[in-house]
Amino acid sequence: MSDTTETKQVLPDGWEMVIGLEVHVELATKTKLFCGCANHFGDEPNTNICPTCLGLPGSLPVPNEQAVHFAMVLGRALGCSVEPGIFARKNYFYPDMPKDYQTTQYEEPTNEHGAITLPDGRVIAIERAHIEEDTGKSTHLGGGGRIHDATATLVDYNRAGVPLVEVVSGPEMRNADEARAYVAELRDILLATGVSDARMEEGSMRVDANVSVRPVGSDELRTRCEIKNINSLRSLGRAINYEARRHVDLWTNSDQPNQETRHWDEEGGRTTPGRSKEDAEDYRYFACPDLPPLVPTAETIAGIDESMPALPAARRAALAAAAGVGEADTLLAIERGLDGLACETIAAGGDATAVMKHVDQNLAEGQGELTAASFAALVSMEADGALSSTQVKTVLAELVANGGEPAAIAESMGFEAMDTGELDGLLDQLIGDNPDEWGRFLEGDNKVQGFFVGQIMKATQGKADGKIVNQLMRQRAQG
Amino acid sequence: MSGEISRDEVAHVASLARLSVTDDELTTFTDQLCVVLETAAQLNALDLDDVEPMAQPYPLANVLRVDEIVPSLDRDEVLSQAPAAEEGRFRVPPALGEAP
Amino acid sequence: MSSPVEPGLKSAAKLAAAVRAGESSAADALAASSAVIADRDEEVHAFLHLMTERAEAQAAAVDAKIAAGEDAGPLAGVPIALKDNMCTRGAPTTCSSKILEGWHPPYDATVIGRLEAAGAIMVGKTNLDEFAMGSSTENSAFGPTRNPLDTSRVPGGSSGGSAAAVAAGYVPLSLGSDTGGSIRQPAALCGVVGVKPTYGAVSRYGLIAFASSLDQIGPFAHTVEDAALCFDVISGHDQLDATSIPEPLAPTLPNLHDGVEGVRVGIIDELMGEGIEPDVRRRTEQAAEALAAAGAIVDTVSVPATIYGLAAYYLIAPAEASSNLARYDGVRYGQRVDGANVATMNTNTRSAGFGDEVKRRIMLGTYALSSGYYDAYYGKAQRVRTLISNEFDAAYENFDLLLSPTSPSTAFELGAKSDPMSLYMCDVCTIPSNLAGHPAMSVPFGVGDDGLPVGVQVLGPMLQEPRMFQAAQVLENAAASGGAA
Repeated sequence: MSDTTETKQVLPDGWEMVIGLEVHVELATKTKLFCGCANHFGDEPNTNICPTCLGLPGSLPVPNEQAVHFAMVLGRALGCSVEPGIFARKNYFYPDMPKDYQTTQYEEPTNEHGAITLPDGRVIAIERAHIEEDTGKSTHLGGGGRIHDATATLVDYNRAGVPLVEVVSGPEMRNADEARAYVAELRDILLATGVSDARMEEGSMRVDANVSVRPVGSDELRTRCEIKNINSLRSLGRAINYEARRHVDLWTNSDQPNQETRHWDEEGGRTTPGRSKEDAEDYRYFACPDLPPLVPTAETIAGIDESMPALPAARRAALAAAAGVGEADTLLAIERGLDGLACETIAAGGDATAVMKHVDQNLAEGQGELTAASFAALVSMEADGALSSTQVKTVLAELVANGGEPAAIAESMGFEAMDTGELDGLLDQLIGDNPDEWGRFLEGDNKVQGFFVGQIMKATQGKADGKIVNQLMRQRAQG
Repeated sequence: MSGEISRDEVAHVASLARLSVTDDELTTFTDQLCVVLETAAQLNALDLDDVEPMAQPYPLANVLRVDEIVPSLDRDEVLSQAPAAEEGRFRVPPALGEAP
Repeated sequence: MSSPVEPGLKSAAKLAAAVRAGESSAADALAASSAVIADRDEEVHAFLHLMTERAEAQAAAVDAKIAAGEDAGPLAGVPIALKDNMCTRGAPTTCSSKILEGWHPPYDATVIGRLEAAGAIMVGKTNLDEFAMGSSTENSAFGPTRNPLDTSRVPGGSSGGSAAAVAAGYVPLSLGSDTGGSIRQPAALCGVVGVKPTYGAVSRYGLIAFASSLDQIGPFAHTVEDAALCFDVISGHDQLDATSIPEPLAPTLPNLHDGVEGVRVGIIDELMGEGIEPDVRRRTEQAAEALAAAGAIVDTVSVPATIYGLAAYYLIAPAEASSNLARYDGVRYGQRVDGANVATMNTNTRSAGFGDEVKRRIMLGTYALSSGYYDAYYGKAQRVRTLISNEFDAAYENFDLLLSPTSPSTAFELGAKSDPMSLYMCDVCTIPSNLAGHPAMSVPFGVGDDGLPVGVQVLGPMLQEPRMFQAAQVLENAAASGGAA
C-alpha cells in the first residue's frame, strides 16, 4: 500500500498502536430486518416506511429469513461458531431511532469467535458478528452543517430497520496498514459471499476504529477512543495514525486521552471529540419479548458450509500453491477475479510463470470469453516460439473479447511463426551491416542487444519472436 | 436487593426515561416506588439458583418472514400525523451530539 | 340486579343468526346500539370515540352481502366495542393518554380485520386506564368510566370501558386486553364474561403494547357462548406477530356444551385465603360445588408460588413497559411539547403527556432494568415466572382445570383505592395466568353481600380453551338455575 513507510514511522520509537475495528455491514436483502419495506439506498425520504420500521404504536417485528441466512453465512465465512441468537433491546433516546430502542443481539449473538487471515498471514480474531437494525438518517439544518449549531433536525426513516451485521474484531491490529488490510479482506469476503455490496462511500460498510497506544512490549490496554465517520480505506489509515500520534503526545506530556467517541474530520485531517463514554447511557439491555430466539440447526449450518463459495484466503492459498509463488503475488489475480482461471490454466498444462505474467500484466478484471484450455494453448504457442510476445497480447485480447482457438486466431491475423532459418539469414545480414555494434555485443555490452532485436522486428513487421532472436545472438557469440 | 430506592436514584431513573419531576413529585414517587420495591423484596425468600429465567411464555424459535417487499405506507398520511414535517421528513428541534 | 339491556343486543349469536336469516339487519342492530349509547353513555363514559362512519359502512356492507345471498360471517351485524389500545385506521386511538391525543393510526390491528371479515360492526373505542395500567379505569386522561350496575362504583380495569359497554347493553361483544387481569377483573366487577386467551392465541399486531410478554386480547360478552364465538373469530396464527402460535387452534364453540363429567378441577388454595372477601370466597366455593354437581371431580390444590406473582409482575410489566413506551417522544406522532433541543422536547412531551401511574411504572421499570439492578429485579422476576409456570404444570398433572376468585372483592367506590399498592392487589388472582401464559376466564357467579356481581375464574393449561369454556358454560347454566343464590 502507498503510504506503508509513513505508517511504519508514525509513532516515536518505543510506542505501538492497539487497534480494534467495529465494522457495520448492511446486508444485501430485498427488505428490511423486521418488515417488508424495501432495503434500498437513495430513494425519496420516508417512502420505504411502515408501522414496524416507524415504530408506530402496536406494530411488531418479524425477522427476515434472508437477513438471518446472510448473517449466518458471514459468520461461517469468518470461521465463527454459529450459535442460538437472541434479539435484545438497547434502550436510548435518539430521534433517528423510531422505537427509542435498537433491536440488536447482545449477550447471545448469532456469531462468535471467528478470525480473519490477512494476506501476510496475520490472523485477526473476530470476537462477534451480531445482527442488528440500522437507524434512520438525520439531517441537521442551519449551522453550516455543523451539528452543534443546527437550528433543526430532519429525519428520514428509509434506512431505519435495514439489516446490519456488526463485525467486532479483537484489539489485535498494530498499525494502520493492518487495519486497512483487515477491512479490505472483510470487504472481499462480503463480496465473495454476496452478503453485502460493501460500499464504504454509500455507507453499506461503515468502519469505526478503536485506537489506543502503549509502550512496545507491554500487553496493557490503555484508554481507547472510538473514531467514527471514516468513509474510505485511505481515511481509515489517516484517522488511525492521527489518533495514535495524539495519544502518544498526551501520554508523553503527563496527560492521557479521555475515553470518548471522536469524529474523523477528513478535510482537517484530524479527529474531534464527540460524546464522552463516561456519561454514556445505561442501555438497560433485555431480551426483546416480541422476538423468539434464532436457533440454527446442524443441517442449516451444514447447508451453509456446503454452499460456501471459495473465500479470498483459500483462493490465495490455492493459487499460490498452483503457481508456486507466495500469497502476496496472488493478490492482483484475486482482485481481478482471475485466480480460478489461472489455477485451471496451470492445471491444463500452461506454464505457471507465463500464466501469472499474463494475469498480472495483460489481463484486466474478468476473463470474458477466455477459457483455461485456450489460455493454456496460447501460453504453449508462446513458449514454443510460435508467436511473438506482441502477437500473444493481441491474440489474448481477442480470446477475452470473442473466445475461440488461439491457433486459428493467430492464423486469421496472419501471425505465422518465422522459421529460425529465415531469422538466421536476417541476423547474419545485420551483423554484416553493423560490425561495430556486433563487436560491442561480443565485448559484453548487452545494451546493443535491443538494437539487433529492434532491427529484426522492423524487418519482419513484428512477426519475429524477440526471445528467439536473443537466443540466436547468444549462440553466435558463444559459437 | 434492598427493597428501597433513594431520591437520587429516582431522579436518575426519571432522567434516563426522559421525564422531568418536581421536588414534590420526587418525594411522592420515591415513597411509592419504595413500597413496590419492598413487595418485590419478597422474592428474596425464594431459592432461584436452579431456575431458568422465562422471557416468553410460549416457546417458539426461528419465526421468520420471507424476504419479499410489501407496499409501504403513504408518506403524506404518515407525515400528516407528525407534530412537524418538512421536505418529506420529520422535523424536530436540533439533536445535540450524535447517537451512541 | 338486572342490566337494562335491549333484548336484541344481549346475544351476539342470536343477533348474528337473525341478521344472517334476514330477520333483522345490521343497520337496525347498529341503530339500536347507537340509541342505547346515546341514552346512557354520558353517565357511564364507556366510550372515548364512536366510529360512526365506519360502522355505518360496515353495516351497509353486511346487509348488502346478505341481500346478495352471500355468507356475511359468524358475527354478521353484531355491534362490537374495542378497547382504545387497538389501532383502527383513520379513527382516533389514544390508550386514554394525552400523549396520543389526535393520533389516527394509518393501519388496523389484526383483530380488527378478523372481526370485519366475520361481519362485526365496530361501533367505537372504549375507555381504559392510561396505557392499560390500572384496575379501575379511573386512571384515564379523559375521565373515569363508571360501573353501569352502580355508577358510584368503578367498572374495574384496565378494560373498564369495554366491560361497561357490554354490561350497559350497548353492544353484545367487546374486546379488551389483559396483561395482569385487565379483562377478567372488570368482567367480574361488571357481571359479564371475560376471557384472557393463551399467550399467542390472538395476534397482538396493532395492540398497543404495555408488557409484550404478558399482553393478550380477549372478548367480553354476556354469555359464555358469545365469548367462545368471538374467541374463535379473533384467534389463530398471524404472520405479523412473531409470538403468535403457528399451530391451528381447536375451535371452542362446537363442543361448548360437553359438560364437565369426570373433569378434575382444583381450587387454588393460596387464592382462597387472606385478602379475599368472604362473600367472594363463598361464591367461589359454590361454583366448585356446581361443577361437582355436574360431574366434575373437585379438590383443592396448592400452587405456592402464585403468592409471588404480584411481586414478579410489578417488576416484569413495568420493565417491558419502560421500553415499550419510550417511543412516545413527540417526534413522529401524537402530542409534542416543544423544547430548545430534541432531548428537552422529548422530556417536555413525556412529562406533560403521561399521567402519574404511567410515569411511576416507567420509572420502576427503568430501575428494574438498569445496570447493577437487572439481576436483582428483572432477572429474578423472570425466574419466578418459570417457578410459577412449573408449579402450574405440576398442578395440571393432577387436574384438568383450576378455579379461583377473579377479583378479591366486588366493585369498589370511585376513589376508594388511592394508593398504588392497594390497586395493585386487585390483580392478585389474575396475574399468575399472565405470567405462565395460560388461558383463564371470569364467569359471573351470583352477587356479593353488596348485591354487586362476583366473578369466578376458570384457569386452564396452555391452549385448553375448549375445556375451559365448557366448564364456564356449566357455571353459567348453574348460576342461571339458582346455583349461585
